[in-house]
Amino acid sequence: MIVRISGEDQYRLADSDAVRLNELENEVVAIVESGQEDGFADVYRTLLDYVRAQGTRVGDDEIETSEVILPPSDLTFAEAGREFTGEGLIPD
Amino acid sequence: MAGLTGRMSTVVKAKVSKLLDRAEDPAETLDYSYQKQVEQLQNVKKGIADVVTAKKRLQMQETTLKQSVVKLDTQARQALSSGQEDLARTALERKNVAQTELQGLDTQVTELEDQQQKLTDSEKKLRAKIESFRTKKEVIKAQYSAAEAQVRISEAATGVGEQMADVGLAMQRAVDKTENMKARADAVSELEAAGTFDDITALGSGEDDIDKQLKELSSSSAVDDDLAKMRAEIGAGDGGGAPAGEIAAPSETAQTPPAEGQS
Repeated sequence: MIVRISGEDQYRLADSDAVRLNELENEVVAIVESGQEDGFADVYRTLLDYVRAQGTRVGDDEIETSEVILPPSDLTFAEAGREFTGEGLIPD
Repeated sequence: MAGLTGRMSTVVKAKVSKLLDRAEDPAETLDYSYQKQVEQLQNVKKGIADVVTAKKRLQMQETTLKQSVVKLDTQARQALSSGQEDLARTALERKNVAQTELQGLDTQVTELEDQQQKLTDSEKKLRAKIESFRTKKEVIKAQYSAAEAQVRISEAATGVGEQMADVGLAMQRAVDKTENMKARADAVSELEAAGTFDDITALGSGEDDIDKQLKELSSSSAVDDDLAKMRAEIGAGDGGGAPAGEIAAPSETAQTPPAEGQS
């Protein structure tokens, strides 16, 4: 599967990586929903680092659609919160 | 997607897809968004240039403040050796404030430098992506007219569209960032300009904000320590000691009326 980190690159990951990716993403969502910023940056960084470490970067000359698109690495806690209420990085 | 139910990525992806669905004429859309990308890149570059200008201004203010610190220190010595302890204390208080401001400025400048580097890096990366997008869009446009390749191409076009949306988003964020940084640097700069103090001879009769700040500081042990240290140095230096060289004409300087350019 192909995962894009917005504003960065696309990475090709094994389908089996989806489980861990999903866990990490759910952790991020749980923190955002709790409204407590503590740990947000660390967990979010762990998620992106996992993608970078497990994946192989998709070449600039390849045209691929991503199965997963993650927000940019400099996503703030406030932005992450808005992401779920419809006023995210890309407006509806 | 096998087992991937992450809400965050689903939301982001849904939004990107929605953007792409709006495209009616792919060829036109691709050309248009390339144009937009080139324009946006100019904005990013301009934004970085603004940040550099703002940073330079802060650096100039740093230099001025450093000169003030030296000047105030000299004046404090002069005042003290001519027995005007109150004046010496005021000079030291001002020096103290100037030093604190200097530290704040230094943090700002370092931060700006760091951010500027990051933005320059992403500008380079974006430029490379736009260039590769330019080549790709021509390939897609050529393929698009071949009806038999329609299905395969619409997938490819989506990939390009996704990248196009992503580059657009990245550039928007970069532009926003430069604007934020510039605004912050400008704010600091204005604050500094408003609070600039030259030397104690510029002290007016009225009490301004700085005087109020100084009063709060006047009990500060730092100033007392400075004063004590200075007194010891001057005491030790009596009879042709080192500080004498810095004091051109102690009593005269301390009582000099405000020179031009001082308000």
